[in-house]
Amino acid sequence: MAGSKEIRTKIKSVQNTRKITKAMEMVAASKMRKAQDRMRASRPYLERMFYIASHVAKANTEYRHPFLVRRETVKRVGAVIISTDKGLCGGLNTNLLRMVLQQHKAWKAQGLEVDYVAIGNKGLGFLSRLGANVVSSVVHLGDVPHIDRLVGPLKPLLDAYIEGNIDEIHVFSTGFVNTMKQLARQDLLLPVPPEFRTPTGEVRKTEAQHGSWDYIYEPDAKPLLDGVMRRYIEAVIFQVLAENMASEQSARMVAMKAASDNANKIINELQLMYNKTRQAAITQELTEIVGGAAAV
Amino acid sequence: MSSLRVRVDVVSAEELIFSGEAEFVALPGICGELGIMPRHTPLLTQIKPGAVRLKLPGKEQEEVIFVQGGFLEVQPNYVTVLADTAIRAKDLDEKAALEAKKKAEEAMVNRSSKEDIARAEAELAVAVVQMDILHKYKNRAETR
Repeated sequence: MAGSKEIRTKIKSVQNTRKITKAMEMVAASKMRKAQDRMRASRPYLERMFYIASHVAKANTEYRHPFLVRRETVKRVGAVIISTDKGLCGGLNTNLLRMVLQQHKAWKAQGLEVDYVAIGNKGLGFLSRLGANVVSSVVHLGDVPHIDRLVGPLKPLLDAYIEGNIDEIHVFSTGFVNTMKQLARQDLLLPVPPEFRTPTGEVRKTEAQHGSWDYIYEPDAKPLLDGVMRRYIEAVIFQVLAENMASEQSARMVAMKAASDNANKIINELQLMYNKTRQAAITQELTEIVGGAAAV
Repeated sequence: MSSLRVRVDVVSAEELIFSGEAEFVALPGICGELGIMPRHTPLLTQIKPGAVRLKLPGKEQEEVIFVQGGFLEVQPNYVTVLADTAIRAKDLDEKAALEAKKKAEEAMVNRSSKEDIARAEAELAVAVVQMDILHKYKNRAETR
């Protein structure tokens, strides 16, 4: 049986680990609340924005914005991977990157070239290990999503789309369902998809009809539609990032809670073992004394 | 009056400011003030800083929302305002607006680069509009 000294050291070390995981759990819990509020607050904006974009897609507009035109043949695709910067958040990134890997293989099997934009450290690391073609990346985004830090890295992809070098842009991210559940998801960013998928997987469609109607534009169609489409992209990316951050903090809180619980269990087991060892040592000493006394 | 109503949503990136039915909506369009009645033909425009006024059914007083610009989409049955920042007139703070105006004016005086001036001008415009709405809104509330 292990010496009581070793067991004591082991208990101490597990206690220290528990302190860290407990602290991380509490930090994640407080950040999670804020991240979730932020994410919920901006959901309506994206939904309305999407409706407008899809109305524009259905209208018989005098100026067809390239973002709205579906292309017949797809030769090259773009993908935006939104992952977390830090680890210790359960299977969040693993699930996401598994999905990316599957899609990557499927694309390669179809003979498509893929350009990646990595947002977040974990995705960037994964893509460079994969040997994928990463055109731009942004890492260390902090706890609050800022759209101005995302516009630059996305530009190469959007420009390539407008020039016709890329025919589709997909977004891979983690959607927030609730604190216990986050789902990896893949969405079409461009061309603008015909329906809106909420993070919980519901599908919403607009009521507007296809047809021969058009808007009245004030002042002009082109700058207006350009502005609307730019905002649409920004809103999507912003929301996806906000969802990802809320998911990250939730997953981290849950993972750290599990770690703290496990540490508690180990400490209990070790404590029991320590007590037994101590008792055994005392008993042995007593038998030795009694035995010694009997021998005299 | 008429029982025709139009669904109005005013959303900013931060929150859903207003969602409900109205009989009439007035907005500061980039080409001039727009008044939208129900069953308006589809329209898409940019809006500039100013007040969005909503005539709600069964209410005398108009609901006033301050927007800092954004986009407006009109469909026959609904109106969507995508505002950059929207604030209900009730929540507008006069002190803060005054301070913002002063700061913007100071920045105009101590101008250094073209970009600074442009930014200061934009800030000043916003502050002035905010004050304007506040005054209108306050006066109306007092006379009532």
